[in-house]
Amino acid sequence: MQNYFALFQLPQQFNIELAVLDSNYRKLLAEVHPDKFVNASSAERMQSMQKATLANEAYQILKQPTSRARYLLQLAGIETEEENNTAMPADFLMAQMEWREAIDDAKFAKDIAALDALLIDMRAQANILQQQVAEEITQAPTQAAMTVRKLRFIDKVSEDVNQLIAQLED
Amino acid sequence: MALLQISEPGMSPAPHQHKLAVGIDLGTTNSLVATVRSGMSTVLHDEHGHALLPSVVRYLENEIVVGHAAQAAQSQDPVNTIVSVKRFMGRALNDITDRAHIPYHFVENASSEGILELKTRAGLKSPVEISADILKALKIRAEKALGGELTGVVVTVPAYFDDAQRQATKDAARLAGLNVLRLLNEPTAAAVAYGLDNASEGVYVIYDLGGGTFDISILRLSKGIFEVLATNGDSALGGDDFDHRIYCWVLDQVRSKTADFKPLTEADTRLLLTKSRQAKEWLTDNHEANILCKLSNGALVDETLTVQQFVSLTENLVSKTLSPTRKAMRDAGLSMEDINGVVLVGGATRMPHIRHAVQAFFKQEPLTNLDPDKVVALGAAIQANVLVGNRSEEDLLLLDVTPLSLGLETMGGLVEKVIPRNSTLPIARAQDFTTYKDGQTAMAIHVVQGERELVADCRSLARFELRGIPPMAAGAARIRVTFQVDADGLLSVTAREQTSGVESNITVKPSYGLSEDQITTMLKDSFGAAESDKAARMLREATVDAQRLIEAIQAALAENGATLLAQDERDTIQAHLEALHTLCQGTDSQAIKHGTEALNHATENFAAKRMDASVQKALAGKNLDSLEL
Repeated sequence: MQNYFALFQLPQQFNIELAVLDSNYRKLLAEVHPDKFVNASSAERMQSMQKATLANEAYQILKQPTSRARYLLQLAGIETEEENNTAMPADFLMAQMEWREAIDDAKFAKDIAALDALLIDMRAQANILQQQVAEEITQAPTQAAMTVRKLRFIDKVSEDVNQLIAQLED
Repeated sequence: MALLQISEPGMSPAPHQHKLAVGIDLGTTNSLVATVRSGMSTVLHDEHGHALLPSVVRYLENEIVVGHAAQAAQSQDPVNTIVSVKRFMGRALNDITDRAHIPYHFVENASSEGILELKTRAGLKSPVEISADILKALKIRAEKALGGELTGVVVTVPAYFDDAQRQATKDAARLAGLNVLRLLNEPTAAAVAYGLDNASEGVYVIYDLGGGTFDISILRLSKGIFEVLATNGDSALGGDDFDHRIYCWVLDQVRSKTADFKPLTEADTRLLLTKSRQAKEWLTDNHEANILCKLSNGALVDETLTVQQFVSLTENLVSKTLSPTRKAMRDAGLSMEDINGVVLVGGATRMPHIRHAVQAFFKQEPLTNLDPDKVVALGAAIQANVLVGNRSEEDLLLLDVTPLSLGLETMGGLVEKVIPRNSTLPIARAQDFTTYKDGQTAMAIHVVQGERELVADCRSLARFELRGIPPMAAGAARIRVTFQVDADGLLSVTAREQTSGVESNITVKPSYGLSEDQITTMLKDSFGAAESDKAARMLREATVDAQRLIEAIQAALAENGATLLAQDERDTIQAHLEALHTLCQGTDSQAIKHGTEALNHATENFAAKRMDASVQKALAGKNLDSLEL
């Protein structure tokens, strides 16, 4: 299995230079994209499809902080168990409930500005957790798994808010 | 039959030779074909100097008329003269909700449920066949203008076309005898033409309102890379709908003035729709339009439509384009300040109130310096020229995305999304499923496309069954379903039971598409009746494929065969090359096919090594840079 960090010649760590990721991704795709192999043998076309698919997948995983952290933990043999481990600290759950209430209020009031403000709020919260996870991955991997679960939670709520905004705008 | 020239194995391949490649914009209202000539992308004209070919096909007893002549006959022969067929591509009969206002005889295909066909005097015609007739006319135009057979074409599709619509378009091109290099999204094609013409860098929005489809695409242009960040749209919204609003308004006016108003004939409907389109176009430069005509029942229509009336009649159509626009902006995670330019594409963007709405939305004046009717074909031609290998510079790369999420039906009619919309292509994703009953040995897989949570609200793409799952306790089986979407945006699905290795592989043939057999039959029919013709055609195709492969392998060997392969590996490939070369001198198409497969097989390892080498090479620059630091 190809290591995604190695694929883009990046150090295997949470804090990466996104500009380097972007530029190496483009360089890579410029070489392996199926458009470059339209007249090639079917063996090469197959290779190109596989490599380009891998590059796209790897890029997506490394680009997003939550999936990047999850992937780093997987490489260290730690599963984040986001589907079945839903135990969360009480203070985090409280914050979640407050967000959910605020979302319901905004939905009822059709207040898109309030939803946008909530998104900014959530992004700030996610940023704090991302800084935290960067350290935890090397020093306290089990803690890091919990932080990834929290980030996943926030990602999901943000996604819901975005969908709600789209609905309200229609 | 002309003999193919094949260079001696081991010798360097033939010197660079210009291949004939075109880009085709298969539009709802008009279609175009363009090519790159001496470095410039240009639209090809017909013998009367027309660039636009009206996408209208008229079926006579023994003749098919396409374009202006067909368009001129649409009011006199509405049932047999098909306009805007693109709206029916990949669609089922039930999808066409405004059938009452369209003067055709719709029927359901006798053998495949849901498939829509039109009854004409030349028999039943599917939208794929009608589109193929338009494409054939463009093929003839291009081959006449360029003086030879086309090597390959790029055909454009609306970015928001789903899998069924894309597949239908590709089928139509194959039916027209075209070698499709790529299906290209229309806004991306427009961005290529625009971006290369203006040497633009930054983030650009393409607002593309055609005759029957609306697309919005947001792209980042950087050093020849066109990266689609997000796309959205409505594949059933276009200039036609504006005509239709006028048509309904005229009918209302006439009805309210006539005590005993008789239903319209098909010819009346077509006549009024044509008058409505003309009124719309007139209002682009004038304050009011007069709609004057005589219906078959003798009633005189004489109505004046002002710009203000037209704007208010179509206000909600304009706002229907802004909702996908907002969604695309959100998906791209961008705000207005990030947008460097907004490009208008499609004839319908000539309407002033569209321009005003776009300008008000993006707070900047949209760019219109390329002809909105031609820009898509021009971009497609540039891409075709690159794909066919005429341009050696490696400075154009299009990274496009999936417009709609792909998912699977799970328990309770819910959709489990597997590939989210706006994923960069090509992409593959796997999803594991399990059985819900003890001893369950088969599993039905239902693939859908769309953003909604319920299967019923999404488009059904395909159903297939995975059989032979070994009996196990409920929940013990592990069925991995893999979706792969290629660079054309077309989907294939593989399902595999992990513990037993039972595999089921399908290329998604949408429920409303033609089957592979149907296409083959149609192609064979079109080759002519004579058995010898078919044999000659098959031999020719096999030889062309073999020739293409020989050239590719020779070029690869010349490039890095010596560095990547051991002597014995080179010898094996060389032996296969020579064997195929010899076969190509003969007339056994089956043997040539086998020889081609054998050569392909013999070079798999070489292909993998080459790919790795080019990946290494691509990133080597970065290493040098860091060393210098």
